Amino acid sequence: MGDYIVLIISCIFVNNILLSQFLGNCPFFGTSKKMETALGMAMAVVFVLVMAGMITWMTEKFILKPYGLEYLRTISFILVIASLVQFVEMFLKKSIPGLYAGLGIFLPLITTNCAVMGACLININEEYSFLQALVASFAYAVGFGLALVLFAGLRERILLARVPKPLLDTSIALVTAGILSLTFFAFKGMV
Amino acid sequence: MAKSIAKEFTKGLWDEIPPFRLVLGLCPVLGVTTTMQNGIGMGLATTFVLICSNILVSALRNIIPAKVRIACFIIIIATFVTVVELLMQAFTYQLFLQLGMFIPLIVVNCIVLGRAEAFAFKNNVLLSTVDGLGMGLGFTISLGALGGVREILGTGTFYGHALFGASFHPFAFMVQAPGAFLCLGLMLCIMNMFGEK
Repeated sequence: MGDYIVLIISCIFVNNILLSQFLGNCPFFGTSKKMETALGMAMAVVFVLVMAGMITWMTEKFILKPYGLEYLRTISFILVIASLVQFVEMFLKKSIPGLYAGLGIFLPLITTNCAVMGACLININEEYSFLQALVASFAYAVGFGLALVLFAGLRERILLARVPKPLLDTSIALVTAGILSLTFFAFKGMV
Repeated sequence: MAKSIAKEFTKGLWDEIPPFRLVLGLCPVLGVTTTMQNGIGMGLATTFVLICSNILVSALRNIIPAKVRIACFIIIIATFVTVVELLMQAFTYQLFLQLGMFIPLIVVNCIVLGRAEAFAFKNNVLLSTVDGLGMGLGFTISLGALGGVREILGTGTFYGHALFGASFHPFAFMVQAPGAFLCLGLMLCIMNMFGEK
Protein backbone atom coordinates (compact mmCIF):
# COMPACT_ATOMS: atom_id res chain seq x y z
CA MET A 1 0.00 0.00 0.00
CA GLY A 2 2.78 2.40 0.99
CA ASP A 3 4.41 1.85 -2.39
CA TYR A 4 1.32 3.05 -4.16
CA ILE A 5 1.12 6.22 -2.09
CA VAL A 6 4.73 6.99 -2.94
CA LEU A 7 3.97 6.28 -6.60
CA ILE A 8 0.95 8.60 -6.58
CA ILE A 9 2.82 11.44 -4.91
CA SER A 10 5.81 11.09 -7.19
CA CYS A 11 3.62 11.05 -10.30
CA ILE A 12 1.49 14.03 -9.28
CA PHE A 13 4.09 16.33 -7.75
CA VAL A 14 7.69 15.25 -8.13
CA ASN A 15 7.56 14.06 -11.74
CA ASN A 16 4.68 16.27 -12.77
CA ILE A 17 4.05 15.40 -16.36
CA LEU A 18 3.71 19.00 -17.55
CA LEU A 19 6.22 20.89 -15.49
CA SER A 20 9.07 18.49 -15.02
CA GLN A 21 8.69 15.94 -17.83
CA PHE A 22 7.60 18.47 -20.48
CA LEU A 23 4.84 16.33 -21.92
CA GLY A 24 1.54 17.75 -23.11
CA ASN A 25 2.72 21.33 -23.36
CA CYS A 26 0.68 22.24 -26.46
CA PRO A 27 -2.71 21.91 -24.74
CA PHE A 28 -1.10 23.40 -21.62
CA PHE A 29 -0.58 26.69 -23.44
CA GLY A 30 -3.48 26.28 -25.84
CA THR A 31 -6.32 25.70 -23.40
CA SER A 32 -5.18 27.63 -20.36
CA LYS A 33 -6.48 31.06 -21.32
CA LYS A 34 -9.79 30.46 -19.59
CA MET A 35 -10.57 28.46 -16.46
CA GLU A 36 -13.54 26.78 -18.16
CA THR A 37 -11.57 25.29 -21.05
CA ALA A 38 -8.77 24.27 -18.68
CA LEU A 39 -11.21 22.31 -16.53
CA GLY A 40 -12.71 20.64 -19.61
CA MET A 41 -9.31 19.63 -20.90
CA ALA A 42 -8.19 18.38 -17.48
CA MET A 43 -11.27 16.16 -17.18
CA ALA A 44 -10.91 14.78 -20.68
CA VAL A 45 -7.26 13.92 -20.02
CA VAL A 46 -8.02 12.09 -16.77
CA PHE A 47 -10.68 10.07 -18.54
CA VAL A 48 -8.66 9.14 -21.62
CA LEU A 49 -5.28 8.68 -19.96
CA VAL A 50 -6.54 6.08 -17.49
CA MET A 51 -8.17 4.06 -20.26
CA ALA A 52 -5.21 4.47 -22.62
CA GLY A 53 -2.83 3.42 -19.85
CA MET A 54 -4.73 0.18 -19.32
CA ILE A 55 -5.19 -0.66 -22.98
CA THR A 56 -1.64 0.12 -24.09
CA TRP A 57 -0.31 -1.93 -21.18
CA MET A 58 -2.38 -4.89 -22.37
CA THR A 59 -1.31 -4.32 -25.98
CA GLU A 60 2.33 -4.42 -24.94
CA LYS A 61 1.97 -7.42 -22.64
CA PHE A 62 -0.30 -9.65 -24.70
CA ILE A 63 0.42 -8.72 -28.32
CA LEU A 64 3.76 -6.95 -28.84
CA LYS A 65 5.93 -8.80 -26.31
CA PRO A 66 4.94 -12.43 -27.01
CA TYR A 67 5.47 -11.97 -30.75
CA GLY A 68 8.66 -9.90 -30.47
CA LEU A 69 7.06 -6.88 -32.15
CA GLU A 70 8.36 -4.20 -29.79
CA TYR A 71 9.64 -2.12 -32.70
CA LEU A 72 6.02 -1.53 -33.72
CA ARG A 73 5.26 0.04 -30.35
CA THR A 74 5.04 3.62 -31.64
CA ILE A 75 2.60 2.79 -34.44
CA SER A 76 0.41 0.46 -32.42
CA PHE A 77 0.19 2.78 -29.40
CA ILE A 78 -0.83 5.79 -31.45
CA LEU A 79 -3.41 3.69 -33.29
CA VAL A 80 -4.79 2.35 -30.03
CA ILE A 81 -4.98 5.84 -28.56
CA ALA A 82 -6.56 7.36 -31.67
CA SER A 83 -9.22 4.69 -31.93
CA LEU A 84 -9.84 4.78 -28.19
CA VAL A 85 -10.46 8.52 -28.34
CA GLN A 86 -12.83 8.05 -31.27
CA PHE A 87 -14.64 5.28 -29.42
CA VAL A 88 -14.93 7.25 -26.19
CA GLU A 89 -16.32 10.16 -28.17
CA MET A 90 -19.04 8.06 -29.79
CA PHE A 91 -19.88 6.35 -26.51
CA LEU A 92 -20.20 9.60 -24.59
CA LYS A 93 -22.28 11.22 -27.33
CA LYS A 94 -24.77 8.38 -27.13
CA SER A 95 -24.98 7.59 -23.44
CA ILE A 96 -23.75 10.59 -21.41
CA PRO A 97 -24.62 13.66 -23.53
CA GLY A 98 -24.03 16.00 -20.57
CA LEU A 99 -20.40 14.99 -20.18
CA TYR A 100 -19.96 14.96 -23.96
CA ALA A 101 -21.14 18.56 -24.22
CA GLY A 102 -18.74 19.48 -21.41
CA LEU A 103 -15.68 17.85 -22.94
CA GLY A 104 -16.76 18.82 -26.45
CA ILE A 105 -13.90 19.78 -28.71
CA PHE A 106 -11.20 18.65 -26.29
CA LEU A 107 -11.68 14.96 -26.89
CA PRO A 108 -10.38 14.82 -30.48
CA LEU A 109 -7.44 17.06 -29.49
CA ILE A 110 -6.28 14.46 -27.00
CA THR A 111 -5.06 12.16 -29.76
CA THR A 112 -2.15 14.51 -30.33
CA ASN A 113 -1.59 15.22 -26.66
CA CYS A 114 1.83 13.84 -25.91
CA ALA A 115 0.99 13.54 -22.22
CA VAL A 116 -1.19 10.53 -23.05
CA MET A 117 1.30 8.80 -25.32
CA GLY A 118 4.19 9.81 -23.03
CA ALA A 119 2.60 8.43 -19.89
CA CYS A 120 1.85 5.14 -21.68
CA LEU A 121 5.48 4.89 -22.78
CA ILE A 122 6.70 5.66 -19.26
CA ASN A 123 4.52 2.85 -17.91
CA ILE A 124 6.18 0.43 -20.31
CA ASN A 125 9.73 1.75 -19.79
CA GLU A 126 9.41 1.53 -16.01
CA GLU A 127 8.06 -2.02 -16.34
CA TYR A 128 5.10 -1.34 -14.10
CA SER A 129 2.63 -4.10 -13.21
CA PHE A 130 -0.95 -3.66 -14.39
CA LEU A 131 -2.12 -2.13 -11.13
CA GLN A 132 0.91 0.15 -10.93
CA ALA A 133 0.34 1.28 -14.52
CA LEU A 134 -3.29 2.03 -13.72
CA VAL A 135 -2.42 4.03 -10.60
CA ALA A 136 0.45 5.85 -12.32
CA SER A 137 -1.74 6.80 -15.30
CA PHE A 138 -4.38 8.19 -13.00
CA ALA A 139 -1.82 10.10 -10.93
CA TYR A 140 -0.15 11.55 -14.04
CA ALA A 141 -3.52 12.68 -15.33
CA VAL A 142 -4.35 14.30 -11.99
CA GLY A 143 -0.97 16.03 -12.01
CA PHE A 144 -1.69 17.30 -15.51
CA GLY A 145 -5.10 18.61 -14.44
CA LEU A 146 -3.69 20.24 -11.31
CA ALA A 147 -0.95 22.08 -13.19
CA LEU A 148 -3.33 23.12 -15.97
CA VAL A 149 -5.95 24.54 -13.61
CA LEU A 150 -3.35 26.35 -11.49
CA PHE A 151 -1.84 27.82 -14.63
CA ALA A 152 -5.21 28.90 -16.02
CA GLY A 153 -5.88 30.72 -12.75
CA LEU A 154 -2.55 32.52 -13.01
CA ARG A 155 -3.14 33.49 -16.62
CA GLU A 156 -6.54 34.96 -15.80
CA ARG A 157 -4.86 37.15 -13.19
CA ILE A 158 -2.14 38.21 -15.62
CA LEU A 159 -4.80 39.63 -17.95
CA LEU A 160 -5.34 42.34 -15.35
CA ALA A 161 -1.66 43.20 -15.02
CA ARG A 162 0.28 45.68 -17.14
CA VAL A 163 2.68 43.50 -19.07
CA PRO A 164 5.45 45.08 -21.23
CA LYS A 165 4.51 44.89 -24.89
CA PRO A 166 7.14 42.45 -26.21
CA LEU A 167 6.32 40.03 -23.39
CA LEU A 168 2.60 39.89 -24.14
CA ASP A 169 0.69 36.64 -24.60
CA THR A 170 2.82 33.53 -25.13
CA SER A 171 6.01 35.05 -23.84
CA ILE A 172 4.65 36.01 -20.42
CA ALA A 173 2.81 32.67 -20.29
CA LEU A 174 6.11 30.83 -20.71
CA VAL A 175 7.79 32.89 -18.00
CA THR A 176 4.84 32.22 -15.68
CA ALA A 177 5.05 28.52 -16.44
CA GLY A 178 8.73 28.69 -15.53
CA ILE A 179 7.92 30.14 -12.13
CA LEU A 180 5.15 27.61 -11.59
CA SER A 181 7.57 24.89 -12.56
CA LEU A 182 9.99 26.27 -9.98
CA THR A 183 7.43 25.69 -7.23
CA PHE A 184 6.95 22.10 -8.35
CA PHE A 185 10.72 21.80 -8.42
CA ALA A 186 10.65 22.16 -4.66
CA PHE A 187 8.95 18.77 -4.40
CA LYS A 188 12.08 17.11 -5.80
CA GLY A 189 13.46 16.13 -2.42
CA MET A 190 10.22 14.61 -1.18
CA VAL A 191 10.37 11.07 -2.54
CA MET B 1 7.01 29.27 -59.59
CA ALA B 2 10.58 29.67 -58.38
CA LYS B 3 9.48 32.69 -56.39
CA SER B 4 6.73 30.82 -54.58
CA ILE B 5 9.12 27.97 -53.80
CA ALA B 6 11.52 30.45 -52.26
CA LYS B 7 8.65 31.99 -50.33
CA GLU B 8 7.49 28.66 -48.90
CA PHE B 9 11.05 27.88 -47.89
CA THR B 10 11.85 31.15 -46.16
CA LYS B 11 8.57 31.47 -44.29
CA GLY B 12 9.62 28.50 -42.15
CA LEU B 13 12.85 30.26 -41.29
CA TRP B 14 11.50 33.54 -39.98
CA ASP B 15 7.87 34.55 -40.58
CA GLU B 16 6.34 31.35 -39.23
CA ILE B 17 9.37 29.83 -37.54
CA PRO B 18 8.25 27.03 -35.24
CA PRO B 19 8.08 26.97 -32.24
CA PHE B 20 8.51 30.73 -31.76
CA ARG B 21 5.87 32.05 -34.13
CA LEU B 22 3.64 29.01 -34.31
CA VAL B 23 3.48 27.91 -30.70
CA LEU B 24 3.32 24.23 -31.57
CA GLY B 25 5.40 21.22 -30.70
CA LEU B 26 6.68 22.65 -27.45
CA CYS B 27 7.33 19.38 -25.66
CA PRO B 28 10.55 18.35 -27.43
CA VAL B 29 11.59 22.02 -27.52
CA LEU B 30 11.57 22.20 -23.75
CA GLY B 31 12.47 18.59 -23.02
CA VAL B 32 15.59 17.90 -25.04
CA THR B 33 17.34 21.26 -25.28
CA THR B 34 19.65 20.79 -22.32
CA THR B 35 22.57 20.77 -24.77
CA MET B 36 22.96 22.12 -28.28
CA GLN B 37 23.80 18.70 -29.69
CA ASN B 38 20.58 17.16 -28.41
CA GLY B 39 18.61 20.08 -29.76
CA ILE B 40 20.08 19.78 -33.25
CA GLY B 41 19.74 15.98 -33.27
CA MET B 42 16.10 16.23 -32.31
CA GLY B 43 15.55 18.97 -34.89
CA LEU B 44 17.06 16.89 -37.69
CA ALA B 45 15.03 13.80 -36.75
CA THR B 46 11.87 15.91 -36.82
CA THR B 47 12.90 17.47 -40.15
CA PHE B 48 13.26 14.03 -41.71
CA VAL B 49 9.80 12.96 -40.52
CA LEU B 50 8.33 16.29 -41.59
CA ILE B 51 9.71 16.13 -45.15
CA CYS B 52 8.80 12.46 -45.71
CA SER B 53 5.30 12.77 -44.30
CA ASN B 54 4.68 15.98 -46.27
CA ILE B 55 5.74 14.24 -49.51
CA LEU B 56 3.58 11.18 -48.92
CA VAL B 57 0.55 13.12 -47.71
CA SER B 58 0.64 15.46 -50.68
CA ALA B 59 1.19 12.58 -53.14
CA LEU B 60 -1.82 10.77 -51.70
CA ARG B 61 -3.98 13.85 -51.18
CA ASN B 62 -6.43 12.92 -53.95
CA ILE B 63 -6.82 9.35 -52.68
CA ILE B 64 -7.25 9.94 -48.94
CA PRO B 65 -10.93 10.52 -48.09
CA ALA B 66 -11.34 13.82 -46.26
CA LYS B 67 -13.31 12.25 -43.41
CA VAL B 68 -10.62 9.89 -42.20
CA ARG B 69 -7.67 12.09 -43.16
CA ILE B 70 -6.38 12.63 -39.61
CA ALA B 71 -6.14 8.88 -39.01
CA CYS B 72 -4.31 8.45 -42.33
CA PHE B 73 -1.89 11.26 -41.50
CA ILE B 74 -1.12 9.70 -38.14
CA ILE B 75 -0.36 6.31 -39.67
CA ILE B 76 1.93 7.91 -42.28
CA ILE B 77 3.73 9.93 -39.60
CA ALA B 78 4.02 6.96 -37.24
CA THR B 79 5.62 4.91 -40.01
CA PHE B 80 8.34 7.48 -40.61
CA VAL B 81 8.90 7.96 -36.88
CA THR B 82 9.52 4.23 -36.56
CA VAL B 83 12.01 4.48 -39.44
CA VAL B 84 13.85 7.32 -37.69
CA GLU B 85 13.78 5.45 -34.38
CA LEU B 86 15.36 2.34 -35.89
CA LEU B 87 17.91 4.36 -37.90
CA MET B 88 19.00 6.33 -34.85
CA GLN B 89 19.25 3.17 -32.78
CA ALA B 90 21.54 1.70 -35.44
CA PHE B 91 23.78 4.67 -36.28
CA THR B 92 23.66 7.25 -33.47
CA TYR B 93 23.06 5.10 -30.42
CA GLN B 94 24.38 7.67 -27.92
CA LEU B 95 22.00 10.34 -29.18
CA PHE B 96 19.19 7.79 -29.24
CA LEU B 97 19.73 7.14 -25.53
CA GLN B 98 19.92 10.86 -24.76
CA LEU B 99 16.70 11.76 -26.53
CA GLY B 100 14.95 8.66 -25.20
CA MET B 101 11.21 8.93 -25.11
CA PHE B 102 11.08 12.07 -27.19
CA ILE B 103 11.81 10.18 -30.42
CA PRO B 104 8.60 8.09 -30.45
CA LEU B 105 6.83 11.24 -29.33
CA ILE B 106 7.56 12.92 -32.68
CA VAL B 107 4.35 11.13 -33.71
CA VAL B 108 2.31 13.46 -31.56
CA ASN B 109 4.35 16.56 -32.39
CA CYS B 110 1.72 19.05 -33.48
CA ILE B 111 4.03 20.63 -36.08
CA VAL B 112 4.20 17.49 -38.20
CA LEU B 113 0.45 16.86 -38.11
CA GLY B 114 -0.22 20.57 -38.46
CA ARG B 115 1.83 20.88 -41.67
CA ALA B 116 0.20 17.75 -43.12
CA GLU B 117 -3.24 19.18 -42.45
CA ALA B 118 -2.63 22.85 -43.21
CA PHE B 119 -0.23 22.58 -46.12
CA ALA B 120 0.58 19.19 -47.65
CA PHE B 121 -3.06 18.14 -48.02
CA LYS B 122 -3.73 21.18 -50.20
CA ASN B 123 -0.52 21.64 -52.21
CA ASN B 124 1.55 19.68 -54.72
CA VAL B 125 4.50 17.46 -53.90
CA LEU B 126 7.24 19.95 -54.76
CA LEU B 127 5.83 22.79 -52.67
CA SER B 128 5.12 20.40 -49.79
CA THR B 129 8.69 19.13 -49.82
CA VAL B 130 10.01 22.67 -49.70
CA ASP B 131 7.56 23.56 -46.94
CA GLY B 132 8.67 20.53 -44.92
CA LEU B 133 12.33 21.41 -45.43
CA GLY B 134 11.83 25.05 -44.44
CA MET B 135 9.75 24.29 -41.37
CA GLY B 136 12.11 21.49 -40.35
CA LEU B 137 15.18 23.70 -40.65
CA GLY B 138 13.43 26.49 -38.77
CA PHE B 139 12.61 24.02 -36.02
CA THR B 140 16.20 22.73 -35.96
CA ILE B 141 17.59 26.26 -35.75
CA SER B 142 15.24 27.14 -32.88
CA LEU B 143 16.13 23.98 -30.98
CA GLY B 144 19.84 24.52 -31.61
CA ALA B 145 19.66 28.16 -30.47
CA LEU B 146 17.69 27.34 -27.34
CA GLY B 147 19.97 24.38 -26.62
CA GLY B 148 23.02 26.58 -27.15
CA VAL B 149 21.85 29.30 -24.76
CA ARG B 150 20.89 26.78 -22.09
CA GLU B 151 24.13 24.86 -22.50
CA ILE B 152 26.34 27.96 -22.29
CA LEU B 153 24.59 29.29 -19.20
CA GLY B 154 23.78 25.99 -17.56
CA THR B 155 27.00 24.03 -17.96
CA GLY B 156 29.46 26.56 -19.38
CA THR B 157 30.13 24.55 -22.53
CA PHE B 158 29.35 25.11 -26.21
CA TYR B 159 28.63 22.02 -28.28
CA GLY B 160 30.50 19.95 -25.68
CA HIS B 161 33.60 22.21 -25.52
CA ALA B 162 34.38 24.07 -22.32
CA LEU B 163 34.12 27.83 -22.80
CA PHE B 164 35.14 29.37 -19.53
CA GLY B 165 37.94 28.81 -17.06
CA ALA B 166 37.71 26.69 -13.94
CA SER B 167 36.44 29.65 -11.92
CA PHE B 168 33.12 29.62 -13.82
CA HIS B 169 30.16 28.54 -11.74
CA PRO B 170 27.54 26.99 -14.00
CA PHE B 171 24.05 28.45 -13.70
CA ALA B 172 22.54 24.99 -13.23
CA PHE B 173 19.04 26.38 -13.05
CA MET B 174 19.09 26.79 -16.83
CA VAL B 175 19.47 23.11 -17.67
CA GLN B 176 16.67 22.13 -15.33
CA ALA B 177 12.96 22.23 -15.96
CA PRO B 178 12.07 25.77 -14.86
CA GLY B 179 14.96 27.23 -16.84
CA ALA B 180 13.55 25.80 -20.06
CA PHE B 181 10.30 27.73 -19.75
CA LEU B 182 11.99 30.95 -18.68
CA CYS B 183 14.63 30.77 -21.41
CA LEU B 184 12.09 30.13 -24.18
CA GLY B 185 9.83 32.89 -22.87
CA LEU B 186 12.65 35.43 -22.79
CA MET B 187 13.88 34.42 -26.26
CA LEU B 188 10.36 34.90 -27.60
CA CYS B 189 10.31 38.32 -25.95
CA ILE B 190 13.58 39.28 -27.66
CA MET B 191 12.23 38.07 -31.00
CA ASN B 192 9.09 40.15 -30.52
CA MET B 193 11.23 43.22 -29.83
CA PHE B 194 13.07 42.79 -33.13
CA GLY B 195 9.86 41.95 -34.94
CA GLU B 196 8.28 45.25 -33.89
CA LYS B 197 10.75 47.47 -35.72
